[in-house]
Amino acid sequence: MLTKRIIPCLDVRNRKVTKGVKFQNNVELGDPVEMAVAYSDGGCDELVFYDITASAEERPIDIDMVRQVAKAVHIPFAVGGGIKNIEDMRQVLLAGAEKVSVNSLAVQNPDIIAKGAKLFGSQCIVLGMDPVQVEKSDKFPSGYEITIQGFRTRTGLDALEWAKRAEGLGAGEIVVNSVDADGTQAGFEINLTRLIAENVGIPVVASGGGGTYQHLIDVFTEGKADAAIIASMIHTGKFTIKQIKDKLTAAGIPIRRKW
Amino acid sequence: MITIIDYKAGNLTSVKLAFESIGQKVKITDEPKEILQAEKIVFPGVGAAKAAMDSLKSLNLIEPIRKVIADGVPFLGICIGMQVLFESSEEDGGTECLGILPGSVKKFKTSDKICKIPQIGWNAVKITRKHPIFDGIEDESEFYFVHSYYPACSDKNNIIGQTEYADAVFASAAGNKFLAAVQFHPERSGRIGLKLLENFSNWDEGC
Repeated sequence: MLTKRIIPCLDVRNRKVTKGVKFQNNVELGDPVEMAVAYSDGGCDELVFYDITASAEERPIDIDMVRQVAKAVHIPFAVGGGIKNIEDMRQVLLAGAEKVSVNSLAVQNPDIIAKGAKLFGSQCIVLGMDPVQVEKSDKFPSGYEITIQGFRTRTGLDALEWAKRAEGLGAGEIVVNSVDADGTQAGFEINLTRLIAENVGIPVVASGGGGTYQHLIDVFTEGKADAAIIASMIHTGKFTIKQIKDKLTAAGIPIRRKW
Repeated sequence: MITIIDYKAGNLTSVKLAFESIGQKVKITDEPKEILQAEKIVFPGVGAAKAAMDSLKSLNLIEPIRKVIADGVPFLGICIGMQVLFESSEEDGGTECLGILPGSVKKFKTSDKICKIPQIGWNAVKITRKHPIFDGIEDESEFYFVHSYYPACSDKNNIIGQTEYADAVFASAAGNKFLAAVQFHPERSGRIGLKLLENFSNWDEGC
């Protein structure tokens, strides 16, 4: 049986992993390569790195870091944040990442999804989205609007419509990152995750808000997510991946047990 | 020395890094001559069967591949590198493949919206036959898969591992004598995947 994936998220700034709440008040947590090895050895199923300063400061992506991670861990990992064009995608994938994640760029230039999928395969192209809850309306039938640039800019796009469109363009996976829930450890955005999971044919990854075992159980059962991204709950040392996997297994969720 | 065939079907970085991490020297080549002299061959690949076959033809690699397999050079197909070893694939309206393993490659079918195609993620492999590539690997260990089509192997003597997904119980690992082929990505499957690659690197007796 295909197992549900647990994916630690490492936000990287100047080659250090950081974590904030709702994209603010970031504190340094450690070295990204060392943390990647520790989580991989600890049983995570995949990793995602966001080079969070890359786009804000218009710096190029830290390709050398991608290379070091690829040498050190042999599980899939995605890189997002600061991908500006096809050439950036190529560099990141050739450095050894399994996937690239595009978010703001895809909203501004949806064709990048189609081009990336054609050149590298859909499995390499992840669409990240940062929806916020809004009043349901003709314009926003799902009741969620896509924002970009870390919540700073609203786009007028309905979250479900955007998810379907990205699938049509060739995205291989969708990460639903709830801005409202990010870093709060108050639970995932279950409703939108389920809505998208039930309406697209590609895997849906829930992100933002995971803080307890029950949050993860809920996002896999009620939210129908294929994978969940977690950060605070493991970065703080409060939980280990093994503890999380033991609880999920006990709750009847299919989880990879041997690593 | 591990020789990886580069036939422009995807990114070889992770395969190369995985072998290097277990202390193997790696050569990446699309030269028929180098393939014919190789000690051990890895045939990876992602993407579509037809593009892979077209590329093998245009690089004149089909005959060298047949020859090294016939000569018993240890050979490991991965993902599309496994699929094109079968007789044909349903992909791209039907693609004739190498016919080295018996059977064909089919598309997953499902009416369940929550069962996604492609299969992306970790799934268990039931070891159905003792084989050197699985030495020291526990039965039902999970490996990392990314695929929409699966090998339907028509001779169970060639099936060494099976996996269930969507409408299928399929041959996630197959082989004969010195040939092994896996649908999953051992290079992305953590320590257990590296163990399989190490087994392949040390494989010197037929089975």
